[in-house]
Amino acid sequence: MDFLTSLLTDFGQQILSSVTAAFAIAVIGLNLHFGYTGLVNIGQAGFMLIGGYGLAITVELGGGFFLGVAVGLVAAVLFALILGLPTLKLRGDYLAIVTIAAAEIIRIVGDNQSLSQWTGGAAGIPGRVYQGAFTALSPFPDQQLQIGPYNYPLTSGDSWFLRIVCWVVLAIVVLLVWLLMRSPWGRTVKGIREDEDAMRSLGKNVYLVKLQSLVLGGVIGAAGGMLYVLSSSVQADSLGRTTTFLLYTCLLLGGAATVFGPVLGSVLYFIVIIGLNDVVSQFVPKQIMNEQQIPQFGWIVVGIGLMLLVIFRPQGILGNKKELSFGD
Amino acid sequence: MTEPAPAVPARGRLEGYDYDRAALRRKLAEVPQEPGSAKPQPILAVDDIVRRFGGVTAVDVDHLEVQRGAITALIGPNGAGKTTFFNLITGFDRPSRKEEGRTPRWVFQGTELASTSAFRVAQSGMVRTFQLTKALERMTVMDNMLLGAQDQPGERILTALFRPAWRKREAEIREKAAALLARFTLDTKRDDYAGSLSGGQRKLLEMARALMSDPAMIMLDEPMAGVNPALTQSLLGHIQDLRDQGTTVLFVEHDMHMVRHISDWVVVMAEGRVVAEGPPANVMAHQAVVDAYLGSHHDQDLGDDALLDEDFGQAVAAEDAEREGRA
Amino acid sequence: MPSPRRSRRLLAALPGAVLLGALASALLGAAPALAASPSPTPVPTSGTQSVVEATASCAVNDTTACVRGALHDDNGNPVKGVTIQLTPPSGTAVPTRTDANGSYVYTVKKAGAYRLALVPASLPKGIKAAAPSRTVQVSLGQLTPGAFALTGTFSGSKSTAGPTVTPLTMLWDQISNGLLLGLLLALASIGLSLIYGTTGLSNFAHGEQVTLGGILAWTFGTVLQWNFLVACIVTVLVCGLSGYVQDRLIWGPLRRRGLGLTQLMVVTIGLSLALSYVFQYFAGAGVHALTPTIQLTGGPLDLTANAYLAMLISIVVLVAVGLALQRTRIGRATRAVSDNRALAAASGIDVDRIIRLVWTVSMALAGLAGILYGLVYGGVNWATGQAILLLMFAATTLGGLGTAFGALVGSIVIGLVVQVSSLFLSGDLRYATALLILILVLLFRPQGILGRRERVG
Ligand SMILES: Nc1ncnc2c1ncn2[C@@H]1O[C@H](COP(=O)(O)OP(=O)(O)O)[C@@H](O)[C@H]1O
Ligand SMILES: [Mg+2]
Repeated sequence: MDFLTSLLTDFGQQILSSVTAAFAIAVIGLNLHFGYTGLVNIGQAGFMLIGGYGLAITVELGGGFFLGVAVGLVAAVLFALILGLPTLKLRGDYLAIVTIAAAEIIRIVGDNQSLSQWTGGAAGIPGRVYQGAFTALSPFPDQQLQIGPYNYPLTSGDSWFLRIVCWVVLAIVVLLVWLLMRSPWGRTVKGIREDEDAMRSLGKNVYLVKLQSLVLGGVIGAAGGMLYVLSSSVQADSLGRTTTFLLYTCLLLGGAATVFGPVLGSVLYFIVIIGLNDVVSQFVPKQIMNEQQIPQFGWIVVGIGLMLLVIFRPQGILGNKKELSFGD
Repeated sequence: MTEPAPAVPARGRLEGYDYDRAALRRKLAEVPQEPGSAKPQPILAVDDIVRRFGGVTAVDVDHLEVQRGAITALIGPNGAGKTTFFNLITGFDRPSRKEEGRTPRWVFQGTELASTSAFRVAQSGMVRTFQLTKALERMTVMDNMLLGAQDQPGERILTALFRPAWRKREAEIREKAAALLARFTLDTKRDDYAGSLSGGQRKLLEMARALMSDPAMIMLDEPMAGVNPALTQSLLGHIQDLRDQGTTVLFVEHDMHMVRHISDWVVVMAEGRVVAEGPPANVMAHQAVVDAYLGSHHDQDLGDDALLDEDFGQAVAAEDAEREGRA
Repeated sequence: MPSPRRSRRLLAALPGAVLLGALASALLGAAPALAASPSPTPVPTSGTQSVVEATASCAVNDTTACVRGALHDDNGNPVKGVTIQLTPPSGTAVPTRTDANGSYVYTVKKAGAYRLALVPASLPKGIKAAAPSRTVQVSLGQLTPGAFALTGTFSGSKSTAGPTVTPLTMLWDQISNGLLLGLLLALASIGLSLIYGTTGLSNFAHGEQVTLGGILAWTFGTVLQWNFLVACIVTVLVCGLSGYVQDRLIWGPLRRRGLGLTQLMVVTIGLSLALSYVFQYFAGAGVHALTPTIQLTGGPLDLTANAYLAMLISIVVLVAVGLALQRTRIGRATRAVSDNRALAAASGIDVDRIIRLVWTVSMALAGLAGILYGLVYGGVNWATGQAILLLMFAATTLGGLGTAFGALVGSIVIGLVVQVSSLFLSGDLRYATALLILILVLLFRPQGILGRRERVG
């Protein structure tokens, strides 16, 4: 019984956390690319990293929080344009290769010691450098607040304020995507996912629309990246290729090409991982799986889960079976 | 024989369009029956267009004009370069590098289209369909139709956010789509996914979708291939209706017998070149055409099986008889 | 129609070439023995546990002692290729040679008084050893210094205090390293390219297949102490089998179900994640050495013996694969499938069988590349293949997606770019250059160096 309550408490804590919301936002960006437009972007973590660096470095140099956000978003726009302008005229594979390569370049450069003056090299930019600028915006007093089993500071650090901001931004992004997807623009985007040539033959500027989708989804990813680093630090290796793969898992779990799928998928992913961690450390002997092996086991579950999802339930939890049953 | 088409929302009478088919045919009867001959009112004129794939010259057309208001059939054995020619004209492919003194050039309704991108070609009024149908499978038939429309402000990303800005236009194109679906007997399918349609229904949908923008010319790449004979009949009917209502038709077919009773003019391609032109009855007898077809292995043509079906053959014969009776 | 017997024989031709490579790469384990004779066999002979071993590195612990030294001439330049001998209290002398840094290392498992000697005849002209031999006391858990005082200079030894490197020799070194990396990449990525060509699939789990080769060779050769030759052959076979089984159980059925290529690609991403953490789960995060590397003296390229042999094996296997693709019926069928799957099927080629063979051979090649990679770069860990996956993609894309020869050219280019740019750039930035070049090439020649455009409509 005790175990169950602590498990449920852990679930709640994880669902509330800013990381879950930040992830969900990045997944929504990816959904715009992959789910709706059919753009295979395997570099979404790169967009997150750009957002994080944009915010942190600007604040570090004394630019203030809002300027930092603006820099992060503009950097993401530029990144998307650089990636998209040359490749969106080509076959889809090229975008895949270029996005993963470009995200890797960002990661390697961020990791590299020669720029550590700004990026902090492999150690990254610690949160305290830029968190202050964010907490200064809090309307709340600087004290602890307990709601149910959850006790966090109102303003500083990993706070209620951060949680509220994250979930509000998430709500705005969900609304934005919903508005777009019920519109003729959303219809065009889905048409492009189905068949670009057919859309061209109908007089649609496929290239422009794909570019718009890439930029918008990338910017959303960067926003997710900023919120993600607000509770920790900006560290290139924490937003590498596997993060992108994880985003795909969340997306496909919740349901690609659905408005709420990314949110549901992200929440469920974290619940599964937390549950796995709690259950294993409670019931599985150390000789079979030690502390280091638990997260590794989690990743194995994620990998196999991703395979099984695509094979047996490509529509995820919320998706429409029919909409995905014809294949390409 | 062909049932009268339900009225489609009027697109207004076009100035100088030959609604009277007999008059059109009389005009065309005067045109010299040789490759590259000039037409009285060309809607499309093509010059010096060449496309090579490695050593293969897929298309090498010196000059070709397409008469406005006519149903022109582009025929030729498989591999003659018909699809490639379509791709070039509609901006889906680019001519090979120009050679000495030959600049690829094609003019559609007075507009130079060389090096125009495919979507702009479509916007300029020349809409095509594909040999292998390109239905947007995971979208409904209705959504497929709506995408065919032009001038929907809601397709711009910022306008899209404000529904009032596009709601009115949406209602208009919905109405038009419904009418077209009814005309193409797809109205019962409007909420089905396009992926669930049969091959013939997809061809119909593709054609109906192309008509959403009221194109001046529609280019159909083998509209009859893979369609069952019963549907083929009504497809041919639809094509004639298109013309009668103001859309010039250029369509590809590789079986000569298919086209003779609906086309006003036939262009024959072989090995990338235009080898003959003329009214359907005359062009069949042309030596170059006989050579082109005998030279190629006509009977190996995969697409033919459906078309050589007995029922269909009879239908064509019946219609030909009727036409002759009328004349 | 090919007679069944004939085509079966040809079917065996490709895996045969790969196996040959495995055999040769197994020789690699014994290579230092050939290259630097007389020298100890670094592969522990079954049964007797040797007390003294010449190793690439040595870590002192409760049961291990190290004897280590470095030789320098009067200019302070390292003297390489000098034969050193360490003789246990009871037993025969174990020889080794100093490497490019003039260093040598012994790992010792038993305490006692050892005789440490330098063979004067092996010294370069112009250098003399003051005291060529002495007795050293070795105790477990301790490092015993083993320097020799030398007088004189060898020819070519620059009088500057620093090492004798000019920009030109550095460039030359990096070019040879680049060729080496390029060949290994080619070995790994030809399979990636063949799979892409025949099925259209970008296999993100291909890196893990490279890792699998390295990890298996380590498991069989080092952990289970099998004969290295056997270990290599079994590794390549198992890797090939893994390709066969994958196609049988996953890719084949999914193809038949008509799963889209993008979806299939996401499945490979899942597989890549799962496999890499399976490796980490069972083999840990550390680097697992396959065999010590020993520096060759002379030769046009300043590389280790392992590197020379790895290059040789790569070239032999690549040529074999190339010939198989050009000359054998199966190879031509493979290319036909790459060119146009529907047409190939219509002309009587059993497309599914070809694809299964491609998977088998590709995975065997990737496994072989993993072994060689481990031998050349001092070991493998769970992320070895993952680290070069993007270079492999870059290579195949540069060469033109889906063309085997293109993959080779692209690999060499990428190998050279990576290694030469390490002259100017620190750390992993050299990988970033390769990826940047990839992006730039796509800008100007999207079909790759050797690819061609495809058709619409
Ligand atoms: N992308 C391409 N690559 C190579 N050859 C092509 C390509 N597209 C068409 N061809 C060749 O061009 C010629 C004309 O083909 P196509 O235009 O499809 O003929 P049709 O539509 O008249 O049957 C054929 O020989 C065909 O093989
Ligand atoms: Mg064709």
